[in-house]
Amino acid sequence: MIERTPVLNIVTHAILFAGLAILVIPIYLVVVAASQTLPDVMAIPAKLLPGDQLVVNLKAAWQEAEFSTKFGNTLILASGVVVGKIVLAALTAFGIVFFNHRLRMPIFWMVFITLMLPLEVRIVPTYAVAANALSPFQAILDWTGVSWLVQRTTGIEVALNWNLLNSYTGLIMPLVATATGTFLYRQFFLTIPDELVEAAKMDGAGPLRFLRDILIPLSVTNMAALATIMFVVGWNQYLWPLLIITDPAYGVAAVELSRLVPNMNTTGGDVPNWHWAMAGTLIVMLPPVVVVILMQRWFVRGLINTEK
Amino acid sequence: MADIVMRDVRKAYAKTQVVHGVDLEIKDGEFIVILGPSGCGKSTLLRMIAGLEDISSGEISIGGRIVNDLEPRERGCAMVFQNYALYPHMSVAGNIGYALKVAGVPRAERDMRVAAVARSVGLQDFLDRKPGALSGGQRQRVAMARAIIREPQVFLFDEPLSNLDAKLRVQMRHEIRRIHSRIGATSVFVTHDQHEGMTLADRMVIMNKGTVDQIGTPEEIYDRPASVYVAGFIGSPAMNFMQGTVNALASAVIVEGGAQIEISAPRAEALNGQSVQLGVRPESIALLPPHSGTITATFEFAEELGSGRLYHLEFNGHAITVVSPQKKQFGEGQEVGLGFDAAQVHLFDHRSELRLSAGEQSQIVPSLEAAQ
Repeated sequence: MIERTPVLNIVTHAILFAGLAILVIPIYLVVVAASQTLPDVMAIPAKLLPGDQLVVNLKAAWQEAEFSTKFGNTLILASGVVVGKIVLAALTAFGIVFFNHRLRMPIFWMVFITLMLPLEVRIVPTYAVAANALSPFQAILDWTGVSWLVQRTTGIEVALNWNLLNSYTGLIMPLVATATGTFLYRQFFLTIPDELVEAAKMDGAGPLRFLRDILIPLSVTNMAALATIMFVVGWNQYLWPLLIITDPAYGVAAVELSRLVPNMNTTGGDVPNWHWAMAGTLIVMLPPVVVVILMQRWFVRGLINTEK
Repeated sequence: MADIVMRDVRKAYAKTQVVHGVDLEIKDGEFIVILGPSGCGKSTLLRMIAGLEDISSGEISIGGRIVNDLEPRERGCAMVFQNYALYPHMSVAGNIGYALKVAGVPRAERDMRVAAVARSVGLQDFLDRKPGALSGGQRQRVAMARAIIREPQVFLFDEPLSNLDAKLRVQMRHEIRRIHSRIGATSVFVTHDQHEGMTLADRMVIMNKGTVDQIGTPEEIYDRPASVYVAGFIGSPAMNFMQGTVNALASAVIVEGGAQIEISAPRAEALNGQSVQLGVRPESIALLPPHSGTITATFEFAEELGSGRLYHLEFNGHAITVVSPQKKQFGEGQEVGLGFDAAQVHLFDHRSELRLSAGEQSQIVPSLEAAQ
């Protein structure tokens, strides 16, 4: 659509700048507050120019929130989600797109439906499973009467138990099992021409060989795009870690950040440490920004996907 | 030895059958062209040989081994695809050598063979390039090299030249023929282009709506088409057809409007009274002064061919085309006499549209296999 009226140009630019302002002003305020002393932050009217306390505040926030451990944990969480997601998504999509079997569409739709059931919706059952990952199997054994039979014959009580609370596995697994990646990969795999698949068949490549030699090298950009999205998602996890992590040694950045934000519990009515909270926010924001900047080129190519 | 034998091969998708029982024997080292319009099942047939499509019923054997249930890689076939199907992320060398890599051929030997094959198709200077940086003709060569390097018993070509421009197409056609005679593998080439078919084939298979209409050398098919369909499909410009009835007394076919087109006496006797479709190729009609030839038609317009002219005429509401090396000037609406050579008149049954060869003299030099 090409319009060449000056009025329209002005209006569209005004809308653009308004959007930009809405996005940038809060971040600017974070930077300002993070660089001021506490009295400056609390001053009325607010001081809208940055102060000189940025480094001091960053250090204080880093120590106060024990970010050194939390960052490590969050990094493990985010990388785990990225790797798990890519592997799972690539394999699932591979099975759905390139193999012609009767369960192909049902399975695809079942995977697809999980898009509508994000972790927040299924958080209670997921917690129950995380508390004992083997409980579904236990239930199956109980219902089918196998555990009763085993107890009668051997005297052993069947009680399967695998607790995932307060563990990296428990943090990562429920986040890996969603459909976004599978969907992205499926869409990409569908653009692979049939002839390419057939050429590989004629060259003698079996399915796994084809996946390794052709599909994975071709989907590098998609992988990068998915990795970027998933890293940010993993990094910003709040609700799930909050629920299953009680041991501070496994705490993650976003949860810890909320503890920095002053409320009645943390300050006990004292003056809230807004400058530290804002400095903490800055620190937590940084890694996703860096990842997005580094991956930007790949990210855009992976989503546009014009290269054939 | 890699002869290919097909027995009553059929292919059906769900309820629609697309290949209706093909019987075909291809000898070792033969160059077979399967020719037909799009949607006639020719590609499906090729893909069934390759193992890319299941065979619904019937049997295919390659070199005496029934391959119905074998994987493509076990059949000893190599295939050149219409869109080349090169691996976009691999270099030319990687593309050519991929089959060897999969087969576990050691690196050093692989490189040597890739270099040799690349040289044979003139790609030695492009081994490090990606397919995206090659021209259409070069990509085609890579696809060929990829097939050659496997030293297959059978070469399968699925309309490999249709994405090239006209000049390159002719050039690649010659190259394919040269490679075929050098390697000596059995080749099956699918195309909808009759020139490709005529020039490349040892024998052609003409397909129509999932059945084989005729199998024969290009010459046989051109000179003695087995059906109206084959007669109309092969030859450019297409054959002229007229309806008529055979009359033994006149030793001719009486066409609509009463004109008599002479045929040989034995044919006329054998087919007396039969209602026929009569076909004459544009190049076997002579241009004569009005009322001196077999029929007299009205001139409409002419097309310049360079080597000759294509004349469009009208006779009794039928369009008739004549190709002649003579360049004559006619005015629109002018009467022109047309002379038919009795030996060049093709007769087909009116209803079944099959060739009526009764009483025909065999004008064809017996082909090799008939002599044996």
